[in-house]
Amino acid sequence: MKKAERIAVYGSGKEYWRRLATEVKGSIWLYLLLSPGLVYLVVFKYLPMWGVVIAFENYSPFGGIFGSEWVGLKWFQYFFSNKMWTRYLTNTLILSGMNILFYFPAPIILALMLNEVRHLRYKKLMQTLLYVPHFISIVIVVSITYVIFGSDGIIYKLTEQLTGTEIKYLSDPAVFRWMIIGQTIWKETGWGTIIFLAALTNVDTQLYEAAMVDGAGRWRRLWHITLPAIRSTIVLMLVLRMGSVLDTGHEHLILMANAMNRSVSQTLDVFVYQQGIAAGQYSYTTAIGLLKSVVSIILIVTSNKIAHALGESGLY
Amino acid sequence: MSELYEKMTEDSAEPKKVKGPKVKGPKGKSPEGFKITSGPVGQSATFGSRAFDVINYALITLIAFTTILPFIYIVGASFATEYELTVRPMFIIPQDVSFEAYEYIFSSNKLISAFGNSVFITVFGTIINLFFTVTFAYPLSKQKLRGRNFLLNMVIVSMFFSGGMVPGYLLVSNWLGMKNTYWSVLLPGAISAYNMMIVKNFFQGIPQELEESAHIDGCNDLVTLIKIVLPLSLPVLATFGLFYAVGHWNSYFSAMIYMSGARDKWPLQVILREIIIMSTMSAGDLALMDPNFKEPPAQSIKMAVIVVSTVPIMCVYPFLQKYFVKGVMVGALKG
Repeated sequence: MKKAERIAVYGSGKEYWRRLATEVKGSIWLYLLLSPGLVYLVVFKYLPMWGVVIAFENYSPFGGIFGSEWVGLKWFQYFFSNKMWTRYLTNTLILSGMNILFYFPAPIILALMLNEVRHLRYKKLMQTLLYVPHFISIVIVVSITYVIFGSDGIIYKLTEQLTGTEIKYLSDPAVFRWMIIGQTIWKETGWGTIIFLAALTNVDTQLYEAAMVDGAGRWRRLWHITLPAIRSTIVLMLVLRMGSVLDTGHEHLILMANAMNRSVSQTLDVFVYQQGIAAGQYSYTTAIGLLKSVVSIILIVTSNKIAHALGESGLY
Repeated sequence: MSELYEKMTEDSAEPKKVKGPKVKGPKGKSPEGFKITSGPVGQSATFGSRAFDVINYALITLIAFTTILPFIYIVGASFATEYELTVRPMFIIPQDVSFEAYEYIFSSNKLISAFGNSVFITVFGTIINLFFTVTFAYPLSKQKLRGRNFLLNMVIVSMFFSGGMVPGYLLVSNWLGMKNTYWSVLLPGAISAYNMMIVKNFFQGIPQELEESAHIDGCNDLVTLIKIVLPLSLPVLATFGLFYAVGHWNSYFSAMIYMSGARDKWPLQVILREIIIMSTMSAGDLALMDPNFKEPPAQSIKMAVIVVSTVPIMCVYPFLQKYFVKGVMVGALKG
């Protein structure tokens, strides 16, 4: 609102403040109601954002934010002078890349398959079964993996019998990433279909009829009608996914990481957890976290631009 | 008045409001009870189309079966004897049913007390979540509220930016001094901005006249919220209550990092991690048992622990599925 308009509506000077006061007084209960949420937002969301300044300090719990020594960009230089940083970045990017390549299409394919089912009861039953793992905690998912793939586990024994070689599923760095992707696919594919199935309910059925009259077979209908109908949803999900390409789900990875697979399990997230929270290098890991956030913002803006360039509405 | 909620979820399937497919041409509606897909309609099924169906149904069944097979196997194997586990690894129903693993894990109260902690965290956490979410969402649903846009922007900014893992950890454990207290797992996630926005949108959809008539009768905003708005929102509150509750029940990370020094407060998920993944804790306590009792095989103990901790989620699964799917649809399409 321009100043002139504001004066016209609310009056000027004292008049304005008096009106404002009566307005606030009139909805005093609303302001009281929102105060707990506002305090929460400031304390738990905005204070940590401000706490990022410790990335430029040599933070010690005794000195606190104000009493700790200011070191400028020391931690950023330290990170890049350490040869290991490429390993953390590579691990992060490979895992995210595999996730996008193998997990991302899975719910789309399954949704398209479910969409072809015409027996609604059967479809519902299958959906009921497919959604189960989503509600299981990641601790239980990893626990089940340990019991089944561990050296006493059924899969471990079966592969030993069938191939004659032992595959150490839980410690071999070569299979670590596949285990993570496999767990993600098992846990989330079914649930991930919902958003695509919702988009598929909006397909105009007359299009199918018209295509059939024109002699289009099932694959062609799938390719030319069904898939384009969920194109925007796919692009939107991909934009969101690109924005979090540096997030590797530390809650999941920490459970699967151990001393043997360290060379592949240490992503940026896992490193921040291990060095920051577990080992107490607060300033160093906050600096890494800050780098990660900055890159994520750049990524999400870029992928949103790409989505717009492709003629989709994107995220914003 | 669950109609309102039904209406809300129904509306969400309406094409107009969706940022989705840009399908040209007139909108058609499928006849009742018969869903037209890209599949054959009526008699026009060809051989190729039939084959497509057969393969598709078979594949879906196979995928769904693979999804639940691990659970079935774990339940079966938790009742098996050591002999069977080593000699005949592939089975669903064990030949000799043994309850030893269950006897063993309930021989100490580790699991039971962890179970109690989880219930406590889930119940109180969900109450806190709903309180903060509702009290924050209701004023924001009033378009005339001064400062509303500023507050909404604050929420949206907090959805995209965060201080990161370590400042968040320092805040709770050092600056607020909540380490090793239940507050450290109850408060930091009190509002999910995403859920709050959906609840706010729902409040906005409630007819204004209802609230206005309450105001004319002399109710203030608080009384209106409690007497008029909340009763209308029960299905929505149930949905988001479940969202929050499952989140609390399944979370281990915050309890692990914030309550590392308070073993007696650990929830089930943290105990599970210790027993099965880290193998740094035993599930039962042989000393408290009959001296003749032999420790059951480690495998079946672990499986029994998994079964016991999965049962609560399975008990509420029918509700979860119903409300969660609705919640996701509302969020996805109206958010």
